[in-house]
Amino acid sequence: MEVRLLSMEEAIARHVHDGDMVAIEGFTASICFAAGHEILRQGRRDLVLCRMTPDLLYDQMVAAGCARKLIFSYLGNPGVGPLHCIRRAVESGVPQRLEMEEYSHFGMVARYAAGAAKLPFFPLRSYVGTDQPRVNPAIRFLDSPYGDGEVAVVPPLYPDVAILHGQRADASGNTQLWGLLGVQKEAAFAARHVIVVVEEIVDEAVIRSDPNRTVIPNLVVDAVVHEPRGAHPSYAQGYYDRDNRFYLEWDRISRDEGETKMWLDEWVYGVANWSGYLEKLVAREPGIWERLRPGESLAEPVNYGSYGDDGGGGRRD
Amino acid sequence: MDYTPAEIMITLSARALAGEKTVFVGVGLPNIACNLARRTVAPALELVYESGVFGARPARLPLSIGDPALVSGATSVCSMAELFMNYLQGGRIEVAFLGGAQIDRFGNLNTTVIGDYERPKVRLPGSGGACEIAIHARRVFIIMRLMKRAFVERVDFVTSPGHLVGRAGDRAAQGIPGRGPELVVTDKAILSFDGETGEMVLTSVHPGVSVAEVQAEVSWPLQVADPLGVTKPPTGEELRLIREELDKVGAYR
Repeated sequence: MEVRLLSMEEAIARHVHDGDMVAIEGFTASICFAAGHEILRQGRRDLVLCRMTPDLLYDQMVAAGCARKLIFSYLGNPGVGPLHCIRRAVESGVPQRLEMEEYSHFGMVARYAAGAAKLPFFPLRSYVGTDQPRVNPAIRFLDSPYGDGEVAVVPPLYPDVAILHGQRADASGNTQLWGLLGVQKEAAFAARHVIVVVEEIVDEAVIRSDPNRTVIPNLVVDAVVHEPRGAHPSYAQGYYDRDNRFYLEWDRISRDEGETKMWLDEWVYGVANWSGYLEKLVAREPGIWERLRPGESLAEPVNYGSYGDDGGGGRRD
Repeated sequence: MDYTPAEIMITLSARALAGEKTVFVGVGLPNIACNLARRTVAPALELVYESGVFGARPARLPLSIGDPALVSGATSVCSMAELFMNYLQGGRIEVAFLGGAQIDRFGNLNTTVIGDYERPKVRLPGSGGACEIAIHARRVFIIMRLMKRAFVERVDFVTSPGHLVGRAGDRAAQGIPGRGPELVVTDKAILSFDGETGEMVLTSVHPGVSVAEVQAEVSWPLQVADPLGVTKPPTGEELRLIREELDKVGAYR
């Protein structure tokens, strides 16, 4: 089993380049802020950022000026309001113009699914009667070859690199996720390179004890980064809750360009790495992880069965 | 009994779910409305979220449609590909709630831009799952505050299709499986859609609200049902459930 463990600094340096198409996915859950901040610290430019829901992370990255284009389906600070930095870029070109390529959620899901399966397009019943195809020429309609009318199609998405946060992986990159699964699997299979970032590194035997939970196999993984709490202020199901205070705080900070810059200087450029960010968080609020710790809700174990010669059952004669 | 605009919108949305089995839930008012319906008029109601959750039993008011409380104790959690393909496009969703920054007389919704797309005055969130929800849910209920700048003659951008340009049968002819918007719950009145023309009709005014007050917040000459109903206000029990159980901190009131 090849060990693919890298530090976040090494993983980003090796797999994220200027001009790359980067997908840091995770639907509200497991958004790898640690990776996004490291990309900013390493000064990457002209990125094409893909995410169904750009969320606070891409708001920060757009404010930092690393992106030339956004491919997405919903711009919002979930449950709070708009993404002010992205709005500034779109409405006033601050800090720079941002090209937009926009889909619905199903459209983005379908693009990743086509990318994962190497299909030339993915058909979906959507977009009829809307203005979306008018502003995004990649959304087209095809006659069904079986005579049941038109369907919309979207092209495959092939990110240069996908960065996906999960709960646990072994050192070779077999990654287990639970809770909201988003498009983590499709993004992993669609991307040319994959960095997984996890809360815990576990023994291969732990992974093999529950294979149904392995959403991303090491087959598609280039690097494994152990970065506990790397999804803060989003959440990791069962590990820590969303830090909603920060989502509200960002709504205030991000309204002002100057305050946004100050925040980036302090919390991204002013620390050496994610450990530095976490130390600052705890210095500011010593009880933060206590506040965000969820209660317990354990799954009942299941019996996969043991079928070897010495497994005690499953005789074939 | 006193109630807020949000409370009457939540209550009326919940009542509209009487007897329903599946509802596609958005965050905010629909979320409380669906949970209220489950405790009152629709005990068998299963809550479906675009984040991939079927049969959510959230122990707290979710902060967003991706809240971890939607996962713990749910019937099923699947990938978003499965959710959009099998649950929604597969035609398994009976009712869904939508809203928007703008709506026109045929129930077409805009959540994309105010102004020109390339140089928008206001950049809104975009579709999310709304476009597919509007196409595939069998019926769509809309929750919006009644405001002249929201109830417009023509939306700046059609993000989610309603009754298109308003001819009966147009949706089906274009291959849209869902029947489209059926109900608009506002803070001043309830509106529905004419079965022939697909046009919005004022069907009920809330207590103390006149037809003129409703018309003042709508940009086109509004059709009025005859007879016009008067909305039954929230009951004490409905308000108690909202205030003491579903939204204890008053986030949505």
